Amino acid sequence: MITFIIHCLLVIVMPPLLLGVITKTKAEFGGRKGAPYFQPYYDILKLLKKEAVYSKTTTWVFKAGPVVTLAATFLASLMLPLGNHSAPVSFAGDMLLFAYLLALTRFFTTLAALDTGSSFEGMGAAREVTFACLTEPALFFALVTLAKMSGSLSLTGMLTYSSSSAWAGAVTVLLTVALFIVLLAENCRIPFDDPNTHLELTMIHEVMVLDHSGPALGYIQYGASLKLFLFAALFYNIAMPIQTGSVFFDWLLFIAGMLGIAVAVGVTESVMARLRLTQVPLMLITATVFSAFSMILIFR
Amino acid sequence: MELVQMPKNLFVADQLLVVVLLINFVMLGSNRLMFCIRAAATQGVILGILPGILHPFSFHITLITVLILVGKGIVIPGMIGKAVRDVQIKREFEPFLGYIPALILGAIMTAAAFVFAEKLPLSPEHENLLFVPASFSTLVAGFLILTTRRKAISQVIGYLVLENGIFIFGLLLSETMPVLVEAGMLLDLLVGVFVMAIVINHISREFSSTDTSRLRTLKEE
Repeated sequence: MITFIIHCLLVIVMPPLLLGVITKTKAEFGGRKGAPYFQPYYDILKLLKKEAVYSKTTTWVFKAGPVVTLAATFLASLMLPLGNHSAPVSFAGDMLLFAYLLALTRFFTTLAALDTGSSFEGMGAAREVTFACLTEPALFFALVTLAKMSGSLSLTGMLTYSSSSAWAGAVTVLLTVALFIVLLAENCRIPFDDPNTHLELTMIHEVMVLDHSGPALGYIQYGASLKLFLFAALFYNIAMPIQTGSVFFDWLLFIAGMLGIAVAVGVTESVMARLRLTQVPLMLITATVFSAFSMILIFR
Repeated sequence: MELVQMPKNLFVADQLLVVVLLINFVMLGSNRLMFCIRAAATQGVILGILPGILHPFSFHITLITVLILVGKGIVIPGMIGKAVRDVQIKREFEPFLGYIPALILGAIMTAAAFVFAEKLPLSPEHENLLFVPASFSTLVAGFLILTTRRKAISQVIGYLVLENGIFIFGLLLSETMPVLVEAGMLLDLLVGVFVMAIVINHISREFSSTDTSRLRTLKEE
């Protein structure tokens, strides 16, 4: 019961902090002071207080987009174990539901973008879906590898196994690299997409949410940080197979690990330039090849 | 995968072979010549260390290791690097097959190599190791680079990778294989690189391009 409460608390409270840490890391690299760690919380609260403006050309799909996105991401978060603690919901095959709930959020975001009728948003939707086609196989190959390694078909079994089992050599390294690329690509971080860009032509994800305002935009930003949290937790379970033995220290370790991942993302964003759009598929295919290769290694 | 029964040195060798396989993919997906040369050199060095890991210490093994390290790690990459600087090419433009298809093809062929190695009647001590699939997959990667790139230098790199693949296969036999075979293999390669380097220099001097696809038409003067 306590695990369940801590799980929900972390999922609800922690995500925007990761964004804050990333921004702070980038600011440190740039020699600036940077926004406070809790700035994303203030931003989201401010947006929730505002009034929403809807364009006359949009239909109910546009209004449903952010709500469905946030709800589906929350549902997915219930299936993902955080650190060594099992998830509140787990059954055989929940990895498929997890992956497709995240796909559903993407589907609704793109639908809402197309619903505005803006050519920019259509372009962003097309890019988002194209790149998603390439990240999805990487994620699935990784999940299949983990399922084979642990002999379990639920995320809790797969991930708590990998965080308790011994280091499996090359397979772990390959999965770590592949999942870090997936983490960056899925959450629209540099080198794949720049969340802070102000030029619509180069945007991928941000261009799709241009027309949203007020609470809807707040939901979208919160949902995006939650998605980052989920992928970071997935990555944490594979990259840091450490177990302290004490439940309390495991939670502390998990929180420290998540902040560490946020710093790692910030460092990556600071030292890398954005890839040219034509180079992005090559990078994503590389991630797919890596996780496919780890699957071959585990199945032979 | 059973990691428990595997002796420590074989486990390390397997992990190194995974790195070798990854370098194949890196080369298939990269268009920078100097980067490819360094990757091929790294691959050669890793393969040079392998005999030392697999077999107990002996003078014979040490000699082979040193020779391979010097040859594959310093001499050959140095020579190709010099050729690259001489003809001043930095990148491979417009290969016959794009990088993404080449990468996917390489991945499929690697998977096929694993399936194929399963079917081979190998001796039981080699059965669970990566040597045979790694060898086939490196061979195919070398072949892909050799056939899909336009620049003569890329083709030399492909040839190097191809030779690395043969070398991995040779590692299985290195217990029984005399030094002479090893040396002969390296010598072949050295001659090959020499010839290629000279040819490249001549081509670039005569035609101001090392694009081999332009060599189809004869020039009369």
